[in-house]
Amino acid sequence: MSLDAATVRRIASLARIRLEEEEVARMQAELNGILGWIEQLQAVDTAGVEPMAGGSPVQSSAGMRMREDAVTDGGIAEAVLANAPDRMGEYFGVPKVVE
Amino acid sequence: MRGTDHTLKGALDALAAGETTSVALTEAHLEAIARLNPRLNAFITVTGEQALQAARASDARRAAGQAGPLEGVPLAIKDLFCTAGVQTTAGSRILGGYVPPYESTVTANLLRDGAVFLGKVNLDEFAMGSSNTTSASGPVENPWSRANDPDTRLVPGGSSGGSAAAVAARLALGATATDTGGSIRQPAAFCGIAGIKPTYGRCSRFGIVAFASSLDQAGPVARTVEDCAILLKSMAGFDAKDATSADLPVPDFAAATRRSVKGLRIGVPREYRLDGTPPEIEALWQQGLAWLRDQGAETVEISLPHTEYALPTYYIVAPAEASSNLARYDGVRFGLRETAPGSDLRDLYERTRAAGFGAEVRRRIMIGTYVLSAGYYDAYYLKAQKVRALIRRDFEQAWARCDAIVTPATPSAAFGMDEKQDDPVKMYLNDVFTVTANLAGLPGLAVPAGLDAQGLPLGLQVIGKAFDEETCFAVGAAIERAANFTALPGLRADAA
Repeated sequence: MSLDAATVRRIASLARIRLEEEEVARMQAELNGILGWIEQLQAVDTAGVEPMAGGSPVQSSAGMRMREDAVTDGGIAEAVLANAPDRMGEYFGVPKVVE
Repeated sequence: MRGTDHTLKGALDALAAGETTSVALTEAHLEAIARLNPRLNAFITVTGEQALQAARASDARRAAGQAGPLEGVPLAIKDLFCTAGVQTTAGSRILGGYVPPYESTVTANLLRDGAVFLGKVNLDEFAMGSSNTTSASGPVENPWSRANDPDTRLVPGGSSGGSAAAVAARLALGATATDTGGSIRQPAAFCGIAGIKPTYGRCSRFGIVAFASSLDQAGPVARTVEDCAILLKSMAGFDAKDATSADLPVPDFAAATRRSVKGLRIGVPREYRLDGTPPEIEALWQQGLAWLRDQGAETVEISLPHTEYALPTYYIVAPAEASSNLARYDGVRFGLRETAPGSDLRDLYERTRAAGFGAEVRRRIMIGTYVLSAGYYDAYYLKAQKVRALIRRDFEQAWARCDAIVTPATPSAAFGMDEKQDDPVKMYLNDVFTVTANLAGLPGLAVPAGLDAQGLPLGLQVIGKAFDEETCFAVGAAIERAANFTALPGLRADAA
């Protein structure tokens, strides 16, 4: 299946990446090139195959640990905010959201 | 002997014998970096003062009889590992100026064992690439060049191109790297050094900037297989901060490099014979298998039938996970922020992400967003997860017939900086031999094995069973002994 320009604009919007109008055609061609190439997967018979989730080479997700639900960190607002582009007190600053 | 001439093991021995000091080794490497980095661009950040201070502290610990396993050894750190108080860029504009308040587990383990950090090395942006040409800090040059065409600058491979170039040019005794589809093994092969991606779960991912969480693994690159074994021993280990970290003891990997390969069954997958592979790569592969037979191993043909679907599977799974992981770069909590007069919050997100991400990263986020979007999830993402299960099953069935698998590391030697840049899919094919190990979660080691007709290094890959890096090290060291790879790149610290 091939993406049209409107779909490319919609994906950019979902991804929250600003796409200038003059960039749409090039992005469309690149994405269609990649999607056309991965289309070959449809030829694989996967009937009855359990999808592999996660990267563990050992089958079974039973091996995943549950950690104790306990607070192990916190009280370091200054360290957390140290890289903020904008802040007010102990909060991240953003443009006004509610009128 | 110059400080930059040592292998990592040789440096540890010289330090233990009192023949050199960490300060002397660190000064020698910093001098080489100052001289060669303007050309190679391997380092993004050099922390010279901190390195010398750490080296002095290391020498004091050694004098006090408290030497750790890596005491005093100068290393380079891929700029994807968070290092407390030292800028971490991931090769991206979007993290511009980011200084982590914490240390990644892997680098903390290296510091615990006495290593000295020279600085942070270059990479493809967010580790997405096979050429180290997508970094916001500019491309890295491979210290090797073609004998008959020395003026064409070659890529070091990627994404760990800065790590591999720094080690090959002798600007560090070893380096950390990460591998999501081949990003340790392909640059190691292109630069004539060794590197291992361990089993998924062997090294903690805590504090490593995430690309594709079910595929990302940290590992070392170094000039010998034994050096990689020493580094991996320190890097690996259980970490409660990573839910996918394996709670298993870490073996003595260096001891495994001295194991015999006698009686081992080496699998040779017939699907790895590709049309268009240069004949010298096929010849080197056969040579590698002959070396192993000479040392008592047996080679057996095996089949990994879903191999041809590995790259398309990867280019669904990895972008899907990347689109999710990279959603955190929103211009609010850290890094770059771009706005225009009157920007609302959504406009802030969209402008920041357009300005902060490079073309390849934007492409992959777009692909990932699409394959996860309503109506397409089953056709792409779920399908890819099923094919991934089949690829893992291929290996499980192969282990009935063999103990390790040997393949070429890459389908070509290093290419020119301006080659393969026009077609993303052509660039993706670099990982054709390496990506299967990521999808199946298995360890893969690259070892330099010979030179092509142009004098460029070529590598072989050893894939092992889950958590059996030891057999990878034994087979890799056997190839290394037989290959006796002594060629050196033109650009290096000890060259005139």
